[in-house]
Amino acid sequence: MSSPVNVSELSAVDKERLAQVGIDLSMKNRCGTYLQMDQDIVQAECGESGIEVLSYKKAMEKYDWLKDYTWKVVSPEKDDITRYVAAQKDPKGYVIIAHKGSNNMIPVQACLYLGNDKIQHVHNIIIAEEGADLHIISGCASGSHAGKGGAHYGISEFYVKKNAKISFTMIHNWSEDIEVYPRSASIVEENGVFLSNYVCMQPVKKIQMYPTATLKGANSVARFSSIVVSTPGSHMDLGSRAILEAPGASAELVTRAITKGGTIISRGHISGKVAGTRGHLECKGLILKDGVIYAIPEIEGSVVGTELSHEAAVGKLAKDEIEYLMSRGLNEVEATATIIRGFLDVKISGLPESLQKQIDASIDVAEKSGF
Amino acid sequence: MLQIKNLSVNVGDKEVLHDINLSIGEGETHVLLGPNGSGKTTLLMTIMGFSNYTITKGKILFKGEDVTAMHAHERAQRGIGMLFQRPPTISGLKLGKMLTAISKTKDVNIPELAKSVHMDKFLERDINKGFSGGEIKRSEVLQLMLQNPDFVMLDEPESGVDLENISLIGTTIGALLEKDKHLIKRRKSGLVITHTGYILDYIDADKGHVMCDGQIRCHGNPREILKDIKQRGYKECLECRHP
Repeated sequence: MSSPVNVSELSAVDKERLAQVGIDLSMKNRCGTYLQMDQDIVQAECGESGIEVLSYKKAMEKYDWLKDYTWKVVSPEKDDITRYVAAQKDPKGYVIIAHKGSNNMIPVQACLYLGNDKIQHVHNIIIAEEGADLHIISGCASGSHAGKGGAHYGISEFYVKKNAKISFTMIHNWSEDIEVYPRSASIVEENGVFLSNYVCMQPVKKIQMYPTATLKGANSVARFSSIVVSTPGSHMDLGSRAILEAPGASAELVTRAITKGGTIISRGHISGKVAGTRGHLECKGLILKDGVIYAIPEIEGSVVGTELSHEAAVGKLAKDEIEYLMSRGLNEVEATATIIRGFLDVKISGLPESLQKQIDASIDVAEKSGF
Repeated sequence: MLQIKNLSVNVGDKEVLHDINLSIGEGETHVLLGPNGSGKTTLLMTIMGFSNYTITKGKILFKGEDVTAMHAHERAQRGIGMLFQRPPTISGLKLGKMLTAISKTKDVNIPELAKSVHMDKFLERDINKGFSGGEIKRSEVLQLMLQNPDFVMLDEPESGVDLENISLIGTTIGALLEKDKHLIKRRKSGLVITHTGYILDYIDADKGHVMCDGQIRCHGNPREILKDIKQRGYKECLECRHP
């Protein structure tokens, strides 16, 4: 077995990779940290009162009731990935609990870093108790020295209680030889808000995920936003699903996808099961170089009084838009970058400014390398 | 400032402009009149350098330099600017971001400038998305203020603008064309397409040209030509084959 990686041993390049996914090793703008290198938990702490950041194992020892939150929204029998993680004798991952009424606008950071191992597995449980506000930035990256292939299996179960809110911003920075299989689901109770943001602008061999939010409580809200760029050799099978099970529940699924030669499958599914629910699904794709964007939007209404809509478009950059900017003095490269930047500019309401800035910053990095 | 010599232009396979000659001196503003579909906008788009408009014959000289083969941004950088009648909507691109991109390194207070044409509330809006006719024109004028071109082309600057805003747009365009400066000191030139002539109250044009079927048919005093057209329409212009 390879020797464990420590933060202090990280090269400047790796530190930079972590910074790019929003991980602040100095902790300046973060209220808590969970850092896992391969299978080693390097750090699990939180300075904010009312919020606990624990390793999965410690959390299970500390709170007996957590067993009621384990494998409850994601089934261990779902597929090979869940079976693999469920079979682990020494489970890894984190548990973040925002206790009743706690309110932190400063995000907790969770970093899952793949260095030497073949398969990194995690099982995460995130709970916002009644009235709590919890913001998490999850940065996932592989070491610059990886180069040998590897995979990340991640199970995440989210529980948004009555009047609570979770925003979960996940930024990926893997590499060409890494396969990533997140399996996540959430339950949102009355007046709860679940925001899930996903950004991946860097190469990955394969990523497959389809997080699901079940809106069980009246007037609960789920918003999924994804901003992805697929480079040659990357296969990204992404989706999000919202199941509207209570009156007043609403969901919005927004995707901006760009291919520079890779494949993006953009799935989306909203199911309206009771009256008084609303959902909108939007996928916009740009094909910059020959690649595939396959949008599969599904809306499923099964009762009178659910209002669902979808909008999907895949195309190229419009010449008249580029030339319009050129007539203002921008050269073709600048004009193109300005338009793409606008295309990716999805403002997420309810997200703390620092996290919006982090999303913008990862787009900046991609912009500097010429998208 | 601008010289167009024997210019013929195709859009697709069809020749739309035939053998155009036009010369606009420094400090001069000319007006381009003509019925719908006569080729006025095509001429402006060709001068700006849009790639859909293929020059098959002739050339365009700007400040003595041949710009015929140049891209739009090279012409813009040399001082050609245009107010579009129907600019495209760019989804996601905020007006404020576009203005920042145009201004590049220039040290300007964009919100302050936007306020002067009542566009400060639009900086966070997608450019031209859901803008009214008047808002589009104010956004265009605002972009031109940042660009500050030496040669300003205006494609129907008053269309869709309410009476209250015509004065604002007219005065701002007047300033772009240095109409506030004495004739001797004026360096900026312009070419304006108008149907109503309202804009002429603000920019005192020097010459008028009438375009019909892709040709410039006659020249003269802009107000006189406009008066003539208002009384008699374009019928005689269309019949006039020998300017």
